[in-house]
Amino acid sequence: MDATSHDQNLKVISISINGEVRQFDNSISVATLLEQMQLTGKRIALERNGEILPRGQFNQQLLADGDQLEIVVAVGGG
Amino acid sequence: MNKDTLLIAGKSYNSRLLIGTGKYKDFAETQAAVEASGAEIITIAIRRSNIGQNPNEPNLLDVLPPSKYTLLPNTAGCYSADDAVRTLRLARELLNGHSLVKLEVLGDPQSLYPNVVETLAAAKTLVADGFQVMVYTSDDPIIAKQLEDIGCVAIMPLASLIGSGMGILNPWNLELIMDRVQVPVIVDAGVGTASDAAIAMELGCHGVLMNTAIAAAQQPVLMASAMKLAVDAGRMAFLAGRMPKKLYSASPSSPTSGLIS
Repeated sequence: MDATSHDQNLKVISISINGEVRQFDNSISVATLLEQMQLTGKRIALERNGEILPRGQFNQQLLADGDQLEIVVAVGGG
Repeated sequence: MNKDTLLIAGKSYNSRLLIGTGKYKDFAETQAAVEASGAEIITIAIRRSNIGQNPNEPNLLDVLPPSKYTLLPNTAGCYSADDAVRTLRLARELLNGHSLVKLEVLGDPQSLYPNVVETLAAAKTLVADGFQVMVYTSDDPIIAKQLEDIGCVAIMPLASLIGSGMGILNPWNLELIMDRVQVPVIVDAGVGTASDAAIAMELGCHGVLMNTAIAAAQQPVLMASAMKLAVDAGRMAFLAGRMPKKLYSASPSSPTSGLIS
């Protein structure tokens, strides 16, 4: 999580979001990621590497290279 | 007389009709059908958000607010216990800790028949994790009892295949299930039209859950009203207690004396 202590320069990391790989600045928090995706405040739930990430932790949690995120919403269903 | 309510996991509901929110042409139609049905428990599905596509598109939860309805997240599309459990943990997070859920683990995409082995495994995990599990299952009375013993709060056997509209194919098995379990038995899947819902309720089922029968009707909102009436009529007929069927012993409804000669 603190890879920057070894590397002064920002390094690009790859994150899989709903199966689609995207590149980000390694210092990015989950909250910032959601902001970039225009999902701030939306009714979503998020799973990081198979574990639920509670909304209250979006600000603290920094993403790491290779993280797999699932972002879900409610849709119509029977 | 006490009000006739449906009690699930300690909460009373006035409506015994539960409906799904899939397959409607738009949210306005979904909302109108839900209103017309009088349903208080509404199923929803959990899916990946469409990344990068119109972030301002309306959300189902804005149309059907959890403050107004009991939302029942389902695990439709899950073919393993693990996927079902993951889906419902996401649903609980999405709905701020809401624990009443509909578990369904499917066997194959052609029949959507439940995989009861995976369903039993998922039910155990979910109950241990604090979920209140309403469970879609086959109409096997032995499995139904096992699901109750695990701690499921409602048993929801199919009447026929999901989306088939084939109606109540095995009323005898539904009765065997009702004989064996104490928790509510809710027919889930197979209802095609109003009489099917009435038959399920006349058998003594505690409720009916449907989606396609309403959404795929020519006029979904009108069908939603018909289903409300059918569930109410079937329930009242069950409570009233039908006359016994009598073969070859006709009993006239009018007096047999005083006939003109």
